[in-house]
Amino acid sequence: MTQHEPLVKIRNLHFSRGNRKIFDGVDIDIEAGRITAIMGPSGTGKTTLLKLIGGQLRPDKGSIHVDGQEVHRLRHGQLYALRKRMGMLFQSGALLTDINVFDNVAFPIREHTKLPESLIRHLVLMKLQAVGLRGARDLMPSELSGGMARRVALARAIALDPMMIMFDEPFTGQDPISMGVLVTLIRSLNDALGLTSILVSHDVAETASISDYIYVISEGKVVEHGTPEAINRSASQWVKQFMEGLPDGPVPFHYQAVDYAEDLLTGGGR
Amino acid sequence: MINMLQKLGASTLGIFERLGRGHLFLYYTLRGIGSLLPRPNLVLAQVYATGVLSLIIILVSGLFVGMVLGLQGYNTLVDFGAEESLGVMVALSLVRELGPVVTALLFAGRAGSALTAEIGLMKSTEQLSGMEMMAVDPLARVIAPRFLAGAIAMPLLAAMFSAVGVMGGYFVGVGLLGVDEGAFWSQMQASVDVDEDIINGVIKSIAFGIVVTWIAVFEGYDCIPTSEGVSRATTRTVVHSSLAVLGLDFVLTALMFGE
Ligand SMILES: Nc1ncnc2c1ncn2[C@@H]1O[C@H](COP(=O)(O)OP(=O)(O)OP(=O)(O)O)[C@@H](O)[C@H]1O
Ligand SMILES: [Mg+2]
Repeated sequence: MTQHEPLVKIRNLHFSRGNRKIFDGVDIDIEAGRITAIMGPSGTGKTTLLKLIGGQLRPDKGSIHVDGQEVHRLRHGQLYALRKRMGMLFQSGALLTDINVFDNVAFPIREHTKLPESLIRHLVLMKLQAVGLRGARDLMPSELSGGMARRVALARAIALDPMMIMFDEPFTGQDPISMGVLVTLIRSLNDALGLTSILVSHDVAETASISDYIYVISEGKVVEHGTPEAINRSASQWVKQFMEGLPDGPVPFHYQAVDYAEDLLTGGGR
Repeated sequence: MINMLQKLGASTLGIFERLGRGHLFLYYTLRGIGSLLPRPNLVLAQVYATGVLSLIIILVSGLFVGMVLGLQGYNTLVDFGAEESLGVMVALSLVRELGPVVTALLFAGRAGSALTAEIGLMKSTEQLSGMEMMAVDPLARVIAPRFLAGAIAMPLLAAMFSAVGVMGGYFVGVGLLGVDEGAFWSQMQASVDVDEDIINGVIKSIAFGIVVTWIAVFEGYDCIPTSEGVSRATTRTVVHSSLAVLGLDFVLTALMFGE
């Protein structure tokens, strides 16, 4: 890999769900060793983008390269080998509900290595300590709050020390303290372990404070990209409204629909 | 009219598409079984969940079915003065037909529906997706052990059903109705053939076990990941696997016992 080749290279990505176009020609570069944030209104397809990168969905057109390999041309075994080096934090946590917190974090380690239990214990406690939940190791996932579940999922995502982690909304449901800890954790993980992070989040201030580069996507396109400073200084009304969270402006709050007054006036049907 | 044709065409295509997916799914599952060899514990845990936990319902049903066979068989045979053959009748009905078939139907209701619901819920809570991203193939890790366990548990359960059923027939026939004990057992021993009857019954129950478990895990894996989707898939598992068992039973019986 040459110095300038990005770790993830997305070119001319097209993807649709039914008749709805989610991506319409998107180009994104994720540089190795950096935190790249993907931002955009709810429902634009940020989660979908992460699943495309992870090879769980197949693009209609265009290509996605991760570490020089084209994700959707890989054979089953090669794709799984690549995924071992990617961590993903699901928006919902996606913890296994029939085993406790400890076993959840140990799960990828036990599946992929033959380490002795004593060493696994050390690794798991280390990861749980990092997210502040070492004391919760014996709880079942159903006994966790939403924010705690997300932190356990984070511990699990870093269990195998991947080269790249995709965070889907890591900050949602965190109180100000754990939010602060998570922000620092993501930054320090990235720097200390030389990880590459893709961060999907709505928390504009936190995200801007730790990311090195930001992509703003909307309606299937990249509307703006650049360093946080550049994005903050962006001349685009659209980006300004989004970053500052103003109610009025070009960003639609509503899912596409017919005119409101017309909708109310037409009787019958739905 | 055109609309109706269109719907018909679409649903036919849908059925074939599902069939195709189902077979592809089976192929990947079978391939996943290889990876279980070094980890028999995964399969054992599932044999416990599908087999041992179904044991009570199977034993109780087997006992009652055997008792009913004893009563009904006695009433018919006694008219011909052939009540000594009660043992043969009970044993053959159980080993050839009722054992495999009724066990499979109960298995579909008890273990099949539970499998579908479990896998469907794992899908709707993104646990399967999460495993994929952890580079753990859910077909090999979750589906294959359950599939194998079902195929192992079913013949064992059917054998126990038949054994308990024979005991039920014995209690009613010999204990209550006074059939001669020696005749009951010796006629049974003389007429039940290992190749012809027992092996064929075992083949049937293995086939049913494979079909019921295949349908159950596929319905779970292929369900729409919502609570409604999971409940519909569970219902479909019970209906489809019961029908499949009865249809397959006819085919197998015709092949095995038809001259
Ligand atoms: N399984 C699915 N089937 C059909 N459409 C889907 C499915 N999942 C998502 N969508 C659609 O794809 C679009 C993008 O969804 P996605 O979950 O990627 O959004 P998002 O950007 O992550 O939103 P949020 O910020 O709210 O998490 C949505 O408009 C949604 O309606
Ligand atoms: Mg999302």
